[in-house]
This record gives sequence, C-alpha cells and structure tokens, in this order.
Amino acid sequence: MLNRIVRLIIKEFLAVWRDPHNRFVLLVPPLVQLLIFSFAATHEVKNVQLGIYSEDHGSAARELISRFASARRTFSHVQYFQDLDDVHRAIDTQDVIAVVHIGPTFSRDLLSGTPVALQILLDGRKAYAAQVISGYMSQITDRFVGEYVAVSIDPSKPPRDAASIKLVSRAWFNSNLDSVWSTIPGLVGILTNLIALIVTSLSIAREKELGTFEQLLVSPLRPLEILIGKTTPAMVLGLGEGMAMVAIATLVFALPCAGSPLLLFGALFVSLFSTIGIGLLISSLAKTQQQAFFGAFAFLVPAILLSGFVTPVENMPAWLRWVTYLDPIYYIILIAKGILLEGMRMPTVLQLAWPMVPIGVVTLTTAGWTFRQRLE
Amino acid sequence: MSQNLAAESQHVDVHPQRSRLRCMWGLVRKETYQMLRDPSSVGIGIALPLLLLFLFTYAISLDVRNIKLGVVCEDNSPIVNRLLASFQNNKYFMVHVARDRREVQDDLVGGRLNGVLVIPADFASRIERRSLSPLQLLVRGSDVSTAALVQNYVRGVLRHWLIQEGLNAGQRNSGEIVRIESRVWFNQEIESRAALLPGSIAVIMTLIGTLLTALVVAREWERGTMEALLATPITRMDIVLSKFVPYFILGMLAMGLVAAVSTLGLGVPLRGSLWVLIMVSATFLCSALGLGLLISSVTRNQFVASQVALIVGYLPALILSGLVFEIDSMPRLIQYLTCVMPPRYFVSALRTLFLAGNVWQVILPNTVVLLGFAAFFLTVTIQKTKMNLE
Repeated sequence: MLNRIVRLIIKEFLAVWRDPHNRFVLLVPPLVQLLIFSFAATHEVKNVQLGIYSEDHGSAARELISRFASARRTFSHVQYFQDLDDVHRAIDTQDVIAVVHIGPTFSRDLLSGTPVALQILLDGRKAYAAQVISGYMSQITDRFVGEYVAVSIDPSKPPRDAASIKLVSRAWFNSNLDSVWSTIPGLVGILTNLIALIVTSLSIAREKELGTFEQLLVSPLRPLEILIGKTTPAMVLGLGEGMAMVAIATLVFALPCAGSPLLLFGALFVSLFSTIGIGLLISSLAKTQQQAFFGAFAFLVPAILLSGFVTPVENMPAWLRWVTYLDPIYYIILIAKGILLEGMRMPTVLQLAWPMVPIGVVTLTTAGWTFRQRLE
Repeated sequence: MSQNLAAESQHVDVHPQRSRLRCMWGLVRKETYQMLRDPSSVGIGIALPLLLLFLFTYAISLDVRNIKLGVVCEDNSPIVNRLLASFQNNKYFMVHVARDRREVQDDLVGGRLNGVLVIPADFASRIERRSLSPLQLLVRGSDVSTAALVQNYVRGVLRHWLIQEGLNAGQRNSGEIVRIESRVWFNQEIESRAALLPGSIAVIMTLIGTLLTALVVAREWERGTMEALLATPITRMDIVLSKFVPYFILGMLAMGLVAAVSTLGLGVPLRGSLWVLIMVSATFLCSALGLGLLISSVTRNQFVASQVALIVGYLPALILSGLVFEIDSMPRLIQYLTCVMPPRYFVSALRTLFLAGNVWQVILPNTVVLLGFAAFFLTVTIQKTKMNLE
C-alpha cells in the first residue's frame, strides 16, 4: 500500500513539475512578488505634491509656509498658487493632493490674538492619503502654534499653574515603525497559501477533463490514498517556498525572527493543510478546469481581503469579522507576524493555529466523500 | 455546430465578404452558447461582481474603530480614574484596565492589544505639583499603520483631558488659535466607503476580465479544436475576435450592474457623464480581456493558464493599482513598475469620473494608455495564434 501511495505521489509531482512553464510559474513569480509587494504595500504617505496659496506676506504666514515646505519626506514638491482658479485646476487634474490656503489677514490676526482660520483643501479621490495628510498638517500647525505663535504673542514663560504631560511612546517589535517589516510576514502567509491553492485547485478537475480521474478511481487506490497523493506535492512546494521566503525575510530584510523558526514551519504546515483542503474541495466539486479556476478565484479574493492584510480586521463591521474566523490566511498572518517580529511562543501559536485544523479536516473529508459519490 | 461551420466555410470562395461575416457570426454564436451553457461563467458575470462589490464595500475600510488599548493604572486616585474614563468614553478605544503592566504587555503579541498606556504610580502627585508628568505608551510595531494611529489618538485624548480638567490654566489650545478648516473635495458629504468604491470597481473589473478569458483559448488548444479552426480559411484575427465579443458583452453587463448598484444603492455619486463611463469601461475591458486571451494563447494549457492568471490577475491589481496603497509613496523603481499595470489607469479614471466629473486632463491620458494596452494584448494574441507544425 505504501508503495502505491509513493508511486501516486511521484506521478502527482511530475504532473506539476514536468512542464517548464509550470515550473517557472510556481517558483519565480511568488518570490519576485514578495520583493515587490513588500515595498509597495505601505500605508505610509510620502512624496506627494503640496500646493500653497497664500494671500498674506506677513512673517507668521512665511514661517508657516516654510514649515510645510520643509517637510520634504511627505511633501516632495511644493507648488505656489496666485489665484483660486489655479488651485481648483491643480486639484482637479491631480497636480497636487492638498492645498494650504492662508487668508490675507492671517499674520496680523494671529499676532493680535484673534483666532484665525487656516483652510486646507484635500483631494477626496485619494481618501486614505487625504486623511493621513490632514492629520500630518494639523501636527505641523500645532507645532507652529506651540513654538512660534505662543512665543511671539507672549514671550514670557507659560503660566505656572499649567500641568503638562509628556507622552513617551515606544513601538515594540519594530522600533522604527518600518512598514516593510510589518508587510513581509503577511506576504509570506499569503503567497505560501496561494501556491498551495494554485497547485491543488485544478488538479482533480484536470484529471476529470482528461478522463484519467476515472482510472484513478477504479485503481486499487482508496480515496484517502488519492487525497494523500494530491496533497503531498502542494505541501512540499508550499513549505519549501514558504521557508525560502522566511529566509529572505530574515537574511535580506533583517527581520529578527524573534520566535522559533520550527514553530513557524509547523504553523505553515497547518495553514497549508487547510488551504490544500479548500483547493481539493473546489477541484472535486468542479466539473471542468474552468469551473475550478473560477472557484479558486472566488475563494482567494475574499480570503485575502478579509485576512487583515489590506486594512485591519478591527475596522470591519462585527458580522464580517466573524467571517474572518473562517479564513486560514487571517490566522497565518497573525502567527507569521508573531514569530518573525514579536517572539510569539507555543501557547499563543496553538491558540491561533487550531481553527485551521477543522477547516482542513472538513474540506478534505468532503473532497474524499465526493470521490466515493462518483463511483456510485 | 461544427458541421454547420464546415458547411459555411465551403462558401468562402463565392462571397468572400459575406461568408467571412457569417463565419464570424457562427463562431461568436458557438462561443456564446458555450459561455451560457456553463453556469459558472454566468456566475462570474453576475454573482461574483456583486459578491466582490459587497466585500470591497465592507472589508476595505479606512475608518478606524475598536483600537484595543490596555491602560495600566498603577494607582487609584480620582484624577487617574478620570483620565481612564476619558479613554473609556472615547468611541475609538476598547479599553482593558490593568493594575500592573505585566498583566497586559504580553497581549501586544498576536495583536490582542494594539497599545498599552502606562499611568505611573506618581502621576497624580506630579499633576498636582504641576511638574512634568510622564506617561508611557507601548504600541504594537508589527502593524505600522495602526501603531501610528494609536499614537495620534492617545495624544489627542490626553490634550482634550487636560483642557477638560482645567489643568492647562487658561492656556489656549492650539486649535483655538489656528482653526483648521479641512475641505475634502469631491467627497465632503459622503463617507470614506463611497470614496473607495470607484477604485474598487476598477479592481473588480480587472478580476472579472481576466477570469472570463484566461482559459477560453487554452481550452481550444488543449482539445485540439484550435488546430481544426486554424485549418479552415477563417483568419486568425476572426478567431480571436469571436472569442472576444461574447465575453466583452458579458463584461460590460457586469460593469453596468456594479456601477448601477454602487450609484443607486451604495450612495456613490456619478459626477461625470454616463457615455464617458461607458467609453472608459469599454476601453479597459478590452485590455483586461486582452490580457486574459494573451495568457491563454501563450500557455495553450488550461492548467498553466489558470496558474498564471491566479498569480498575475489579483494581487498585483490589488496592491499596485493605487487602490489602497498610494503609488506616490512607493519607491521610485516600483512606481515605474505600476506603469505597466492597466488597473492603475482604470482606478484613476474611475475615481475622477465618479467623484470629480469629466476632468479630461485625467481621463483622456488614462484612456489612451488603456487603449494602447488593449491594442498590444490583442495584437500579440493574434500573433501567437498560429499553428505549430512540428
């Protein structure tokens, strides 16, 4: 029996491996995507174009403008406008993402203690960037008021009975808040499971189309053995590439890998087990490769959207958060972050990993059951 | 059906123009039947776009809520309790109270907490003495965007609390000296969800377009029917076009459905004109379907074609299109790379069209680039559709 399974596994490996196109597709793009996406998937907002429309030439206005213009990391280019029509046009055509509008009496009012308004126009088409930039601008303005205005209005010290709080903030696990570090573990989780899904979701459907699946079913192989044969290549490929990505993460991007790599290996194994189950279930339910392909997409798209990779799970409505608990990618991202950055230990890993086991068991059992159905 | 086609091709020499059209029509009909008979492709055209629209609407949200903050109160004085209450009453925070930092700081691992604020034992006495009172905030750096938000929100609550307590001794808050009036154009009255949707529609249509055609030609090659078709007098261009037309119509229907649900049901405005929307969508669909056909004709194998489509069809469209991750903020090299991603241009065009209006300076360049992609993909597909006589 063991001999039978080994032969089947070898056959399944060859099915994936023999075609050079196929080999290339499975090996190269996932690793390249890890490199590209880790730099691309950043929520940081920088290098955007700022517009300034100042009707005031006073010293306070000049000071504020120079503070905005010197934030070079965020605002790489600054454009100055002379009238409102130009401002409108520049926002419409996306020349600038935000414009600071300083009114004609800004400096005068400020120094005489009259409250002044500072108008900020933002391009709402880039909703997220606009939100971040608006927060950043109010920080700059706050600092301007604290350091420049407060001193110019009243050069004496702040009143003696004022209390002040100093907030000392530290970021654990990633002290520089480097966004590449926080993106990579998520990509490792996603790409590893993507490979497993790609290898499995069409494998049975293809055999059905070619007619070889019937032969497999009339052979002495039992459904469980067929399942093992179909699971192994995807598992080996997934684990191999997953660990290669972990190596890239630690060696190239210098992630600390604060937890045990062995534990991460185990967690990847469990998550691959569940995705392979889902892939094989899709494949066994589909009648054609086309249907299996659609099925794979219909799983993959929600699985990645709900995993918390794009936007935090906490932002989703409560009922949708329940759906994320059925998503293997949600768990593996948390574990990968935990082990690569946070030094997560066994008990927490187990807590996060166990839900993937029933997902895998249920899907694989159902897939095996459909084999038997076909025979009757 | 194939008999029919064979019969039609016999007439080729008699009326070349008419019979060419009839051949095309026959092929289009065959492709349409094949499409309609497979329930999954109708599902892709109708059910999947709606499901995706629904998912993108709710799953991608930039409105922060439920920040899980641990607050460690090392003493129990009224002043500390009032500070604690101002966190508990804030709608953005879900507060876990602890007496000792060791109780909660391990919860940062795995994200059970996003941050821990430590109020030290001498905080109350320092506040009463009016000396500088330090607070410590630990944030979970493995989620950079949330970490930055936690820092900002905690700072905001603290500032507000000082004023509320009257501890700032008549010092004016900087907001009272310079009041910032933010005006978010194109998006003032609607929520961020509606602002994200036009971009989401672009990504959804990328998926649908690639999905529809990625296997179509590969299937014919695999079954050997492509060789048979090529042996007939039908031109390669006609073969490719006949594969293209039915899916184009289905894709446009899907686009219409998604656009209708977004504008009528989800509150997205359509400030540009409808015909521009139709024109831009048609152009984009040509490039998306063209990419699918190209994958299909290069691989000539459904298994490999679907693997390629799963890898290039989704993640690049999601990450490199500018939908959630700002392209200007990416490293220069990757910005160049996004230039060869058709979804990028569609995201930009749709956002402008829905939220801003017919701004030709934005829409025209994007449409021209998309047209270029469509022409390129379809030409290469036609080139690749030839018999291999080895």
